[in-house]
Amino acid sequence: MTDDVLICTDRGLYCPGGDFFIDPWRPVDRALITHGHADHARPGHGSYLATPAAAPVMRHRLGDITLATIAYGEVRRIGDVSVSFHPAGHVPGSAQIRVEQAGQVWVVSGDYKIEPDGFCEPFEPVPCHAFITECTFGLPIFTWQPQAVVAEQVNQWWAANAAEGRASILGAYALGKAQRLLSVLDPEIGPILTHGAVENTNEILRAQGLILPDTIRVTPETNPKDHPGALVLATPSALGTPWARRFGAASDGFASGWMALRGVRRRRAADRGFVMSDHADWPGLNTAIRATGAERVLVTHGYTTVFRRWLEDQGYNAQIVQTDFTGESLDEEDPE
Amino acid sequence: MNRFAALFTALDQTTRTTLKVAALADYLSAAPEPDRLWTIALLSGRRPKRTVTTTLLRKWAAERAGIPLWLFEESYSIVGDLAETIALILPPPSQASDLPLTHWITVIRGLSALGEPARNQAILLAWDQLGTTQRFVFNKLITGGFRMGVSRKLMTRALSQSTGIDESDLAHRLMGDWAPDTTTFQALVLAPDPTADLSRPYPYYLAYQLDDGPDGLGDPAEWSAEWKWDGIRGQLIVRQGQFHLWSRGEELITDRFPEFARAADHLPDGTVLDGEILGWRDERPLPFSDLQKRIGRKTVPKKLLADAPVILRAYDLLEHGGEDIRAQPFASRRAALQAILAQVPPEAPLRLSPEIDFDTWEGLRALRETSRERQAEGVMLKRRDSPYRDGRKKGDWWKWKVDPLTIDAVMIYAQQGHGRRANLFTDFTFAVRDGEALVPFTKAYSGLTDAEFNRITAWVRKNTLERYGPVRQVRPEHVFEIAFEGIQKSPRHKSGVALRFPRMSRWRHDKSVDQANTLDDLKAMLEAWG
Repeated sequence: MTDDVLICTDRGLYCPGGDFFIDPWRPVDRALITHGHADHARPGHGSYLATPAAAPVMRHRLGDITLATIAYGEVRRIGDVSVSFHPAGHVPGSAQIRVEQAGQVWVVSGDYKIEPDGFCEPFEPVPCHAFITECTFGLPIFTWQPQAVVAEQVNQWWAANAAEGRASILGAYALGKAQRLLSVLDPEIGPILTHGAVENTNEILRAQGLILPDTIRVTPETNPKDHPGALVLATPSALGTPWARRFGAASDGFASGWMALRGVRRRRAADRGFVMSDHADWPGLNTAIRATGAERVLVTHGYTTVFRRWLEDQGYNAQIVQTDFTGESLDEEDPE
Repeated sequence: MNRFAALFTALDQTTRTTLKVAALADYLSAAPEPDRLWTIALLSGRRPKRTVTTTLLRKWAAERAGIPLWLFEESYSIVGDLAETIALILPPPSQASDLPLTHWITVIRGLSALGEPARNQAILLAWDQLGTTQRFVFNKLITGGFRMGVSRKLMTRALSQSTGIDESDLAHRLMGDWAPDTTTFQALVLAPDPTADLSRPYPYYLAYQLDDGPDGLGDPAEWSAEWKWDGIRGQLIVRQGQFHLWSRGEELITDRFPEFARAADHLPDGTVLDGEILGWRDERPLPFSDLQKRIGRKTVPKKLLADAPVILRAYDLLEHGGEDIRAQPFASRRAALQAILAQVPPEAPLRLSPEIDFDTWEGLRALRETSRERQAEGVMLKRRDSPYRDGRKKGDWWKWKVDPLTIDAVMIYAQQGHGRRANLFTDFTFAVRDGEALVPFTKAYSGLTDAEFNRITAWVRKNTLERYGPVRQVRPEHVFEIAFEGIQKSPRHKSGVALRFPRMSRWRHDKSVDQANTLDDLKAMLEAWG
C-alpha cells in the first residue's frame, strides 16, 4: 500500500508525494478543492487551489483566503506529482482532480453527474488506475429522467399554479441546483423571484459570465401581489417558514434526487417533488467508473457498503474511503 | 391505467382534503364504470386475492433489472416499500399501453390459474407495458396494502359529489358483502335493491374522544352513560332466519363466532344489534388477550370455544321488525332493545350493556375512575334524543376514556417505517431498567409529531451501535413516556408483560436514562392492573 498516490487521513484525502490534501474537512496547509459546496470547501486552510469558475463562490463563502486557480486540463507539478483538474459536471467550476505519480494515475471525482445540463462544464471521463468516486445515489433504484422531462414537469406545475393565481415556491440548493433550474425555467410563464441566498449566488455567477434569466430578489419590502403568477426560487430550508408564508396559499415544490422516493417526498410535505439531482444516478456511476478503465475503485459518501460489494461482484478491486462529505443529504437539506 | 395512475399521483401529491375529494370525484365521473367500481372497492379495503408471492416478485424483478437478489433486498430496505422498489428498479418499459384498471386486475386474478413460468411471463409483460407510477400501482394491486391517502369517508364524499346521491345513503349502500364480481356500479351505487343483500350492515356511528370532560355537554339528564367495553365492535344481523356478524372493520366474522347462532334463535327476524363482542366468563369480561385468540381464527376448535367464550354486549338497536329505526331517538331505540333482550334467555350469549346511574357530572367523574376495576376503558355518553348517525360525527356520542397508564422507558432499537413512513425511523422498541441491564418490554409506532419523527430519524442515523437486518440498535439515551390502555401477563415476552395500545405520549427530553422506570415498576403495574 506504500505506493498509493493518495491516502485517507482523519483530515481528508492526502497526497504524500505532493504534500497536499483534497477537500479536507479539517484545517491543513495546502488544499485542492473540487468545488465550492460547504462540505468540500471548508474554512481554515493555509492555501486553496481550485478552478477559476469555482473561485468566486469560494471567496464569497470563505472570505479572505489564499486562493490560486488552475484551468481545466492544465497540468501543474506539485512536489513529486503532476496535478490537473477536469470537469465533473456537478456545479459550475466543479472538478475531478487527477494526480499522477511515477506513472500511477489516481482521480478524485468530487461530486459529479454525467448528464450534460447545458449549464455547467460537462463531465469528462479521465482514464486512471484508481478512481475515488462518490456514490450518493449508489443504488439501482435511482435512475434520473432526462433533464428536459423534469424541466417540462416544473414548467407545467408553475403554469398551472399561475393560471390559478397561486405562487409556486420551489426549494433547491442555492449553489448549482437553483441556477440549473433557472436555466430551464420558461420566463414566459411569469416573473421569477429569488430568496436572498439564491440571489447572492446568482450575482456571483452572473459576474463570471454565466447567462441566467432575469430574477427579482425578495426583500422585506417585496409585495407578492406585485408579482402575480410568480415562481419563487428558495433554499430548501426556507420552505414552510414565515418567509415563505408571505406568498399566501402558494404551492410548494422541491427539487432533489431524493424525491425519487415516495416516503421522502411525502415526508417533505411539499406539494410536489421533482426528481433532479446534481449527482450521478446508478447508471451514471457505473458508466463513469467503466469509462475510467480503473481496476481499483474507492467509494466514498453514500451507500458505500452496498456499492463496494456491487463493484466487487463486477470484478473491481473496491474499497471504502471514510469521508466527512454530506453531499445531497437525506437529513439536512442545505449544504450551503 | 393512466387515468388511475394520474388519480393516484394527484391524491399522493396533496395533503389537502378538498383537492383529494375533487380529484376523486372527477375520476368517479369520468372513468369507465367497471374501473369506478374497482376504485370504490379498493378504497373500501377490498382487493384482488394475492396470486403471486412476494418472494417470486422480488426474484423476477431482480432478474429483469439484471442485479443480484442481495442488491434488490438492500434497495428494498432503503425504499421501504416492495411495490415501489420494483417499480424503481426495472428498466423503462419498451411498449406503450393504456389499458383500463379493470384489465390489469383481471390479469392479476388470472395468474392463479397459471403455472410459475407462465405467471412469470405475464408479470414481465405487464412490467414492460407500464410506466413507473403505473407499475407501482400494478405491484400494489398484487401485494395489497393499497393506501391512497383517502379515507372511506372522503371516498364516499367524492362519490356523493360525482353522483349527487346523499352521503349517508351511499355509506349504507357501500356496506356489506359485495365484491366487484358480484355487482355493478349501477346495482351498487346508482340503483341498489335494498333487499338484495340480507347480510348488509349499517354504517357504524363512531364516537369522538371527550378531551375536556363533560361539563360543556349541558344538562346531565339529557345524556345516557354506559361503560366503554374493550372488545370488538360488532353488528349482529338477523334477517329471514339467517344471522350475520360483522366487525367494525366490516369483515363478516359469522363463522368465527358460532355461538351467536344461539342468540339469533331468540331474536325476532329483522333485528340488527350494535354492540361489543367480549370475552366473557362468570358474568365478567375476560381480558382482551383472550378475545384476541378468537379474532385471528377462521374456524374455532372446541377447546378454544370453551376457553374463550364470547358474548355481545348490545347497546343499540338499528333495525326493528325489519325497519330501519336509526332516525328514532336513542332513548326509544334503547327501550326497544331492552324489550327484545328481556325475551332472550341467559344461556344465549347476549347481554344488555347497562346504563350507568348518575345525576351530576361530578358523580359520573367519580364513577369513571372505577372503570379499570370493571374491565372497562371509561364511559360512553350518548344524547338521549339523538339519532344513530353514520361515521364519526361530533356532538351526540362521546367516549370518555380513563387516562392511560404511563411508564417512562428507554429507546433501544429503531426500525424504518413503510409506505408513507418509509425512510423515517418510526418503529421503536423500548426498555425498562433492571439494575444495569435494559429489558425490552414493548414496541411503539405512534404518538410523535412529524417534526419529532424527523428529529429522531436524524439522531438514529448518527447513533446506531449495531445493525440487525433492518433493525438498528441505538445508543440508550432517549427516554419516552409510553402510554397504554392495559397490561397483561405474557409468557411470550422477555419482560413477562404485554401492553394494550402502547404509544409514545411524550418525548422526555427532561429525563436521562437513569431516571427511566424499572422492571419492578412495571411488575407493580401488572400487579395493580393486570
